[in-house]
Order: sequence, then structure tokens, then C-alpha cells
Amino acid sequence: MAGDDKKQDPTASEGVPDQANRVAPPERQYPEPKAELKRKVAAEPPTTGHVWDGIREYDNPMPRWWLWTFYICIAWAVIYWILYPAWPMVSQATPGLLGSSTRGDVAREIADFETRNEPWFERLNATPVAALREEDDLERFAVQAGAAVFAAQCSQCHGAGAQGVQAGGFPSLLDDQWLWGGTLEEIHHTIRHGVRNEDDPEARWSEMPAFGADGILDGDEIEQVVEYVLAMSGQSHDEDLAAMGAEVFEWNCAACHMDDGSGNTDLGAPALNNQIWQYGGDRDTIRHTIYYSRYGVMPAFAQRLREAEIRAVAVFVHQLGGGQ
Amino acid sequence: MGVLDTHKKIETNVTLLLVLSFLVVTIGGIVQIVPLFYLENTIEEVEGVRPYSPLELAGREIYLREGCYVCHSQMIRPMRDEVERYGHYSLAAESMYDHPFQWGSKRTGPDLARVGGRYSDEWHVQHMIDPKSVVPESIMPSYGYLMNRQIDGRYIADLMRTHRRVGVPYTDEMIENARADFRDQANPDADHSGLLERYPGAQTRNFDGQPQLTEMDAIIAYMQMLGTLVDFSTFVPDPSR
Repeated sequence: MAGDDKKQDPTASEGVPDQANRVAPPERQYPEPKAELKRKVAAEPPTTGHVWDGIREYDNPMPRWWLWTFYICIAWAVIYWILYPAWPMVSQATPGLLGSSTRGDVAREIADFETRNEPWFERLNATPVAALREEDDLERFAVQAGAAVFAAQCSQCHGAGAQGVQAGGFPSLLDDQWLWGGTLEEIHHTIRHGVRNEDDPEARWSEMPAFGADGILDGDEIEQVVEYVLAMSGQSHDEDLAAMGAEVFEWNCAACHMDDGSGNTDLGAPALNNQIWQYGGDRDTIRHTIYYSRYGVMPAFAQRLREAEIRAVAVFVHQLGGGQ
Repeated sequence: MGVLDTHKKIETNVTLLLVLSFLVVTIGGIVQIVPLFYLENTIEEVEGVRPYSPLELAGREIYLREGCYVCHSQMIRPMRDEVERYGHYSLAAESMYDHPFQWGSKRTGPDLARVGGRYSDEWHVQHMIDPKSVVPESIMPSYGYLMNRQIDGRYIADLMRTHRRVGVPYTDEMIENARADFRDQANPDADHSGLLERYPGAQTRNFDGQPQLTEMDAIIAYMQMLGTLVDFSTFVPDPSR
């Protein structure tokens, strides 16, 4: 019970400051309820005269901020009609004073960048391909521009980092092993004309026979030459089969891949005596390659890119690490 | 009582209100929609655009069936970065025979409006079987089973008739030869003169490298023609758009 008392009236307990010491709160003013009601009734807005089931509709004015926003929107619409394409006419819409056009905008923007790049592109075109990396500032521009072209045009097959994709037979461009040659001029030619495509008569071209599928070698001979290629690249292999495979290799493969398996960049024949593989260097993949052959293609970029862009991307590829 | 005061009549008469509302919406619609059918710059005709060949059309059906449009758009917007990456911005005429169009608004994968000729057929096969093997950062699922699904174009003529009904100008001759064209386009040894006359610029070869005709042939035939019909070395865009 004592606790209840405390809650209800804390001043009743001992230890509470004297009433006289307390600061009286300011007296609050409350409006007289009835007077307020009277005022409202007096200012009651007119009604629209619509009555439905005894409900009348006030005819209140719109809020001023709302009305002004509305008027400004109307004015803005008129201004917009004058400045931008708007009203449909007989054959085309009113063009607007600003001459706005999405196509025009993008054409202008592209032209702007063209003019900025033009002097560089001219220099790229005027410099002999082999000498493209001799001037520092030109090389810097070519590497940057080439990287952009590479990202848009080449990375899908050769990989974002030019590391190649073995599953698809897309060669790495980072190592110093080249199918068609690694000098600036050779890289430039390969990009320009492509590999084994039907669009460009100057495309790099060679064709490995399908030794198994076309019946050039029988199953035993293929097994022997597979072991020989494994031996040549320093992998574990069957000595006896490899020894027999040497002869098969000499007769069938050495013309392009050379006697020592070092390859021939004139024919796009990859080196077989190292650990760099375009399609894979395990026993099964080598057997598949010999049996069915390979026919890697690359588009001719002369049809897609400008000469200066091709030169830039050639410089980019050349400086990746393997350029000769 | 002015004219404005008569709105009470409209507001209290449901039928009149309905009729007049419909009239207002109709006028709004006519002003906005009808000009699109006659304004010169919205019905720009472009040389080279033709209806899909039967095999390409089948490839397009597979594209729709597999929901490729969920992640890939087919519209290059007129912006410099898009033009640099994908090629010339898309023209309305290039999707005039698409029912429905595949413009899209969501790019999880890249835009495909001009993917035609950008990669080799081998790349497409490899990419469909295992996308990550050629694009390591890709999240595209594998569509390798398209290699195993043989097609014979049994219903292709019906499909073309359906497209004709919605406005694609397939001729009787095209529909008659639909099934033969369907097979021949993926057969490098067939006689393609009729096919090429009906569908100028159609690419004819064995697209998936397999002897049999599969859905992979169809979808690669479709991919390889996307965005290739208009010759942009001669096309001059109307600058007033």
C-alpha cells in the first residue's frame, strides 16, 4: 500500500524538496473550445451545390503551391514544344529550335573523338609497321588504343588477359610461341587478314590432314606418333612405340612441324617440342588432333577495323611479352 | 449557366460519362500513336532487311524458348560507348520482321544485335557447350544439349504462315520451299541458288560441325545473321532523328 501511495503522490514521501522551492510552470493558454467552433462555422466555405445522399461538396480553392506548380508545368510544356521536337506534322514532327537529335548527338560525339585521335591515327598510318614501337609517345598511344580495341574485338576468344582459351583452341598471346610469327609485321598481317577465313584471299592458310578420319594413317601408326610427340615434348611415354613413331613423324609430320618438332611459322605449324599447347598436350587430345586434325579460324579484321586500329592492336599484342 | 456548368449532366449520367471519357482517350491515342505510322523518320526504310530464312527463324524460336532475351538485349542504343563496343546503333527497320521484337532492357550478357560474324561457328559451339571455357567470367548456363536435339523442319512452314499472318511478307514460294531451304542452309553440298534468291545474304554451311541437322545449327545460323543485313558502308542515317 505504501508503494502505491508513493506512485500516486511522490511529494507525500519524506526527503522530497519543499513545495516552496519548486518553480511553477508557466500558465498555459487553451483556446475556448466553443469560440473556436463558432469561428469555423462562420468561415465555412461555399459548397458546389452538389448533393448526394445528403452529402454536400465544399467548393474549396486549390492550394496555392499546387496551382502554381500546375501553371509552371504548362509554361514548361510550351517552352519544350518550341525548343525540342514535338508536334507531328505532315511528314515529320516539328524539329524544335535546338535541333536536338539522338542520332545527331552520337554522330557529333563520335566525330569529336575522331578529331582528337586523328593526328595519332595519321602518325600510326605513316609509320612503317616494324617501327611502330620506336617512338615512345606513339607507342604509348598505340598500347592504350590497342588495349581498348583488344577488349572489344579480341578478348572474347583470346581471353580478357590475352591468355588464350585452350578448350577452344584460341592461342595465348602472352608467350613467345607464335603460330604465324611474332614480329610486329607478322602480327599485323595476321590481324589484318585473319586465319583460314573465306572472306579474305590473303588470310593465313594451311590445313593439317585428318590423318585418322581420312585414312592416311592406321590406328597403330597414330598410337606410335602420339607417343613420339609425347616424347618430343618431354612427357612420359612408351619408349618402343615412340621409337616407331619417329619414322611415322618423319614421313607425315616433319614437312610442316619440322624434323625436331620446332614448328614453322610460315605454315602456322605449332612447335611440338615444348610444353605450350594450343589444344592441349595430353595423350587423348594429341590423339584427337592427329585423328581429326584442327582447323582454327580467325576473322579478317581489315573488314571491321581501321588500319590505324589494327596497327594499335598489333603493338598491344606485340608488347604483351612474346613480341619478337 | 455557361457551358462549364453543364458538367453536372456528364457527372450524373454514367453512360454519357463513359462515352465522353472514351472519346478523350481516343483523341489522346490518335495524336500520340497515329503519327508513328506515317512520319518519315519513324518508318525509315532500310535496304537489305529481309525476312528470316527458315533455319534462322527456327533458331530464333530456340532463342525465345531458351529465354536468351532475359539476359541479352538486341538493341544498340545511339551512344558513343555502345557504338564503339557493339557497332552501328540499331535501326528500327532491322527488327521489322521480329514478332515479337527482341530489343530488351536488361543486359546480364552483352547485346547481341550485331553478334553476326563476330565469332566463328566453332567459337559459338564451344561457347554454347561450356560458356566459361571461352569467357571465364561468364555466368551463362550451358546449352550443349542443343547439339543432340535433331530437327527436321517439320513445322517450319506452319511457323512461317503464322508470321505471314502478322505481317511478314513470306511468299507462297518461300513457304513451299520452306522445308528444303531449312535443310539446305546447313548443308554445304546442297544447291543454294534458290535459297539465296529468296533470302539474299543467307549464310550456308554446316554451322555446328556435326553431320546431322540440330538445334545448334539453327541457333548459330540465327546468331551469325544478326545485324548483318544492312550494309553500313553504304547506309546513310537520316540525321533528323
